[in-house]
Amino acid sequence: MSSFWSAWIIVLTLAFLVGIIWVLRWNMSNYTGIKEGELMDHEFDGIVEINNPLPRWWMILYWVTIVWGFAYLALYPGLGNFAGLLGWSSSNQDVRSIEESRAATEAHREAGLIVEYDRAMDAADERFGPIFEAYAQQPIEELAKDPEANEIGQRLFLQNCAQCHGSNAMGGKGFPNLTDDNWLYGGSADAIKTTLLQGRQGQMPSFKAQFDEQQITELATYVLSLSGRKVDPELAAAGKANFAVCSACHGQDGKGNQQLGAPNLTDNVWLYGASQAAIEETLMNGRNGVMPAWKDILGEDKVHVISAYVYGLSND
Amino acid sequence: MSQTNPQQIEYNLKVVRQFTVMTVVWGIIGMTLGVWIAAQLIWPELNFDTPWLTYSRLRPLHTNAVIFAFGTSALMGTSFYIVQKTCRTNLFSDKLASFVFWSWQAVIVLAVISLPLGLNSSKEYAELEWPIDILIALSWVAYIIVFFGTLVKRKTSHIYVANWFYGGFIITVAVLHIVNSMVVPVSFTKSYSVYAGAVDAMVQWWYGHNAVGFLLTAGFLGMMYYFVPKQAERPVYSYRLSVVHFWGLISLYIWAGPHHLHYTALPDWTQSLGMVMSVILFVPSWGGMINGIMTLSGAWHKLKTDPILRFLIVSLSFYGMSTFEGPMMAIKSVNALSHYTDWTIGHVHSGALGWVAMITIGSMYYLIPRLWGQTQMHSIRWINTHFWLHTIGVVLYIVALWISGVMQGLMWRAVNAEDGTLTYSFVESVEASYPFWFIRFVGGLFIVAGMLLMAWNSYRTIKAGKPTRETIDVAPREATTQSA
Repeated sequence: MSSFWSAWIIVLTLAFLVGIIWVLRWNMSNYTGIKEGELMDHEFDGIVEINNPLPRWWMILYWVTIVWGFAYLALYPGLGNFAGLLGWSSSNQDVRSIEESRAATEAHREAGLIVEYDRAMDAADERFGPIFEAYAQQPIEELAKDPEANEIGQRLFLQNCAQCHGSNAMGGKGFPNLTDDNWLYGGSADAIKTTLLQGRQGQMPSFKAQFDEQQITELATYVLSLSGRKVDPELAAAGKANFAVCSACHGQDGKGNQQLGAPNLTDNVWLYGASQAAIEETLMNGRNGVMPAWKDILGEDKVHVISAYVYGLSND
Repeated sequence: MSQTNPQQIEYNLKVVRQFTVMTVVWGIIGMTLGVWIAAQLIWPELNFDTPWLTYSRLRPLHTNAVIFAFGTSALMGTSFYIVQKTCRTNLFSDKLASFVFWSWQAVIVLAVISLPLGLNSSKEYAELEWPIDILIALSWVAYIIVFFGTLVKRKTSHIYVANWFYGGFIITVAVLHIVNSMVVPVSFTKSYSVYAGAVDAMVQWWYGHNAVGFLLTAGFLGMMYYFVPKQAERPVYSYRLSVVHFWGLISLYIWAGPHHLHYTALPDWTQSLGMVMSVILFVPSWGGMINGIMTLSGAWHKLKTDPILRFLIVSLSFYGMSTFEGPMMAIKSVNALSHYTDWTIGHVHSGALGWVAMITIGSMYYLIPRLWGQTQMHSIRWINTHFWLHTIGVVLYIVALWISGVMQGLMWRAVNAEDGTLTYSFVESVEASYPFWFIRFVGGLFIVAGMLLMAWNSYRTIKAGKPTRETIDVAPREATTQSA
């Protein structure tokens, strides 16, 4: 904040508080020319007012809160750029990226300033960090059998993952079911952990420009036939002719490719719906699946524990 | 010279009657909507799978209906009544006053249509889209002209304290509305705020909290300052207390908005200023309660027999409770527990149902017979029944949400001592809230039942009477001043 605006805030705040005090002091004396306890000399539609003094306890309370206000503004940030005598802040105030945030945290630590958020995080890391570090030493397959680690993993899952994948981890439209043996990017311990750490971007392109509506219908029919659904054989055959384009990702047999995250089309598991219409919509408009990267949010150790929980869901 | 002919002036009570009837009507509609969405929290299927009836669209309709339809109709009506009576003059312009009434009702009807359609500027308590915002501004400017024009031509030497509060409320709401509604329209029904990011949030809550402070507090204090001494037939307790608490209240409130944005991207210095001023604000807020309740000195026995006075005085008790609770919740460490929980909603309703609704209901019971040539309401017993229905409803409501709010706050922050993970997922806190949401819903039913009784009582009173015509003899202003 520029020094002009800082000065503006300081002057405005202090002048305002002085004004409050002035009104209070003015009315502590009897300036009305009427004896205390008697009626004021005006009347409105039959309503009159008594010239009673301010209740004493109330007046004292007003003074106490005003003095407290000055004290608070001396100790904590409030008066423009003046940081307060305690050197307290709630969090890093001017950072615009994770790098800037880390640098600011470091600088504040060295200067001995109290940044409430950083202090709380440091304290939590110090206390609980070793627990997760110890878990991170164990292979995921083993950890998945540890009941305590599973409970921790479940709580982390409920806080961070359930929003998309559901409290029971069974997913929903666009969000994969994590309890079955069906994996877009692979269900090995390593693959799951990589997905969590780095996130995934599943991109199904739109074929609106390439195929007309009839061709899309034919393709969708053929795709349905791959998982043994009863379809019009003529339409399916026509669709097969154009499937070469799809096979680049999904494979010639339609069994998908976990390297690319291209789903298996033959298992009758459908992320965006199993109807002819849903598959046509996928072909027409494409799909964009985003799994966020958790490495910077939770840290590798906690991701390890969640990976074990997720791994355990389909590997009991 | 001594033969000056007194002037005959007839008060404009027609516009007051119009607003009074609409206050009762909108009160029932707004509160019924509240009960409906309270029920939806328990039985979501009550949206009947219709987009127009979803919680997200009915909730802003509920808040707009109770604040701007019920509350503001009450404020406009009573302010037009009080400014005439306490200034001993009629309204500045009957035509403009009529415009205020009809344009304001049009605003509300447009809200009733546009909000269920999903047209929403996404600013809380300022959801209406820009064409309606312009109509609000026009209506409000007319309101300013009528109110202040009447003050200017008053036949009294001083301005009564009730009018200070109404005046403060009217001017500030105009400023708040215009500044917060600055948008870039992209179509007739869609616009984007001219402010961005944390600045937008700050402007919104500067508006939002002062809608509470000026519309729901200062305005209704104006109502209180007239109807409490009238109904109690006692002098106002302390003139000087009213001076201190008026200036303290209207000037401190303006700073308090940032307490809605504690622990957000708002800079620390802004949060601190908001918190400090909110805490100091506690004291002048209580000034109003003290002045109202102490006005009853020497007339306490009337509470036993007069349910209207009971409405008015109990409303002041809820006012005192809410204005203690509010500053406390503005303290950062308390806010860390209370923010985003039901506690906030409980707090708002102890203000809205306890203070705003009760002072309004009491005032309407005073006003309605006097506007229709009667001495009292059709049934005093029904007023008493309404008092108990309403009080029980409010208590059920706020106690239920205190408990669920504090419980939610504690559940969200509960951490396992062994591993530092959060103990509960969000959905567990939702599940735990259901019993309290049910109690809240029952409280709402009590309140709406009371309002329906009020409507019937009002209908019988109005039907038995006919519109009051009230004239006064006033000497020219100079003569009045000389004799004073």
